[in-house]
Amino acid sequence: MIANYGYMDGSGEYYITIDTDKCAECRGKMCVTACPKALFERVTDDYDDDVVKIADGKVKDIRYQCMECKPPGHPVLPCIAACTPMALKHSW
Amino acid sequence: MISAGIDIGSKNIKVIILNGKKTIGEAIRTSGENQEKAVDETLALAVKNAKIDRSDIDKIAATGIGRKTFKNADYVITDVTAGGRGIFECNNSVRTGIEIGAEESKAIRVSQTGKVTDSAVNEKCAAGSGSFVESMARALGINVKLFAELALSSDATIPMNAQCAVFAESEVVSLIAQNTSQKDISKAVHDSIASRVSSMARRVKLEPKIAIFGGLAYNPGFVSAFKKNLEIEEIFIPEKPLFVDALGAALLAQEKTVED
Amino acid sequence: MTQKEYWRWDEKCWKDESMDSSDTKIISVGIDIGSVSSEAVICLDGKFYASNTVRTGSNSPTSAKDALKPLLEHAEISYEAVDFIVGTGYGRVNIPFQDKAVTEIACHGRGANYMVGPSLRTILDMGGQDCKAIHIDERGKVTNFLMNDKCAAGTGRGMETIADLLKVPITEIGDRSFQINAPAEPISNVCVVFAKSEAMAMVKSGKTLNEVLASYCKAMADRVTQLLDRIGMEKEFFITGGISKNRGVTERIEENLGIKAVKPKDERLDAQTAGALGAALFGFVLASKKGSKKDTRKGQIL
Repeated sequence: MIANYGYMDGSGEYYITIDTDKCAECRGKMCVTACPKALFERVTDDYDDDVVKIADGKVKDIRYQCMECKPPGHPVLPCIAACTPMALKHSW
Repeated sequence: MISAGIDIGSKNIKVIILNGKKTIGEAIRTSGENQEKAVDETLALAVKNAKIDRSDIDKIAATGIGRKTFKNADYVITDVTAGGRGIFECNNSVRTGIEIGAEESKAIRVSQTGKVTDSAVNEKCAAGSGSFVESMARALGINVKLFAELALSSDATIPMNAQCAVFAESEVVSLIAQNTSQKDISKAVHDSIASRVSSMARRVKLEPKIAIFGGLAYNPGFVSAFKKNLEIEEIFIPEKPLFVDALGAALLAQEKTVED
Repeated sequence: MTQKEYWRWDEKCWKDESMDSSDTKIISVGIDIGSVSSEAVICLDGKFYASNTVRTGSNSPTSAKDALKPLLEHAEISYEAVDFIVGTGYGRVNIPFQDKAVTEIACHGRGANYMVGPSLRTILDMGGQDCKAIHIDERGKVTNFLMNDKCAAGTGRGMETIADLLKVPITEIGDRSFQINAPAEPISNVCVVFAKSEAMAMVKSGKTLNEVLASYCKAMADRVTQLLDRIGMEKEFFITGGISKNRGVTERIEENLGIKAVKPKDERLDAQTAGALGAALFGFVLASKKGSKKDTRKGQIL
């Protein structure tokens, strides 16, 4: 499953996309500890897969949560670097 | 050399006329429905205040959201460039300028020489702009000025869940229904917008001295929440927070180092 | 400020008279607590049997009870006989008597798949406070989704705000938005707060209310079309939620996509109950796999 967490508002589109098929294969789930804002949460999803999702309360201001990790110059994001199965993407 | 800087904002039009670095005239009025007419009138008023003739102006620079609608500009300058130049002129030890207008907010990093090195902008979403506070004051049925001051007398920390001005209005209505006091609601609203603006400000790596300008600089509830959020004691607010972009544009018109 | 009624539904229980609950092996219930309406559905061995829709009350436990209790009475099924109860919707975590909570995304996928059939791929759910775009496979399993509950644009609330501003009853918007002479240009501001100013400016510049409504419907249709693009729009396509009852928006979405939205194959089924139906179907599968939860609820009353 491709899970898009985030939103589109007047200022733009902000989604973190998780490919849960790849994510479920990953044992470490290193993104959970890598994110300085603790956005990721390990859960068993509706189809009984062991995956991560973006914590419910944090989806609505994901753009602001992620801002400090996104200074100009496009450095590699800690969550992306930590995701060994390459299941994570940011849309912005 | 006499120059004019015109800042065509979504709510107000601001004009500054400079002779060298000295302000000789200024004017402000609401944009209204006929923006072109309003710009001409504001400029005419500033000219009158400066006690000069319109033809005495050597160069005109336009900035602000409606900058491209003004046809007689010698230079058209982005808000970020104008804001950076303007705030540096107000205080040359400022390294980070945060501007919060009616419809947008931005964070601008300026170097020791006053050059803009970095910026972050939030536009087209009311949640990150002065409109957010206005909408919430309206939902409470009190005027914005009073609403802003009320926040100062509250110690409550009620988190607001909504990140959208429309949904936040409903949240305010339900807080009223739960008998939450106006001052606590005001505090919650100002904390909420301050947290969004400071996230944006952190993106440009806050370096002191930090300044805020634009309409929300007049709002003590916001200023206090913003300082608390950034954990800073001091913040520079220019004497005329609404005229910073116009000032920057007028200066750049003289310095002829402008690019759009 | 008073709370306005923006979408009205028939608040009544319905059951399929051709079915009989007496020789059923598994009775499952799905409850969907939404921001505006709450639904309950009963399935007999994985077949849709009965449904009820009520307005969401002040809290989730009350709404869940208000939806389920009259339905069980109408269907003549006792609470104790229910094998599995699945809760969904934004209020799902607060349903005290549920056996499991499942996300509304997964429930919508499964419920819509049941209503339309295995060829359904894309679901657009436009609710009072959120908008979801869901892509499913032939079994109703979600393969791609997004949900926007951050921004009021593209939700019932956004439409209500414009209806309030122009003082037009929300139920008239769909028809009135077509009573215009030329195709409408969309309102350019996404943000509802700024769109309000834009709508007012249009009125002042001499546009008719119908033209302004058309421009807002068009803007909303364009916005949700963009959401569909992100998840990869594929036929067949199904619209659920409150705004599905506003043809000013739905017909403009169809125009953007160049295809018509499908309807439930059994016309007695209301798209509104897709989430609760999906929850009941999840309940059926869970009861089949993990056994009935009848005994764990023993002594509990509804």
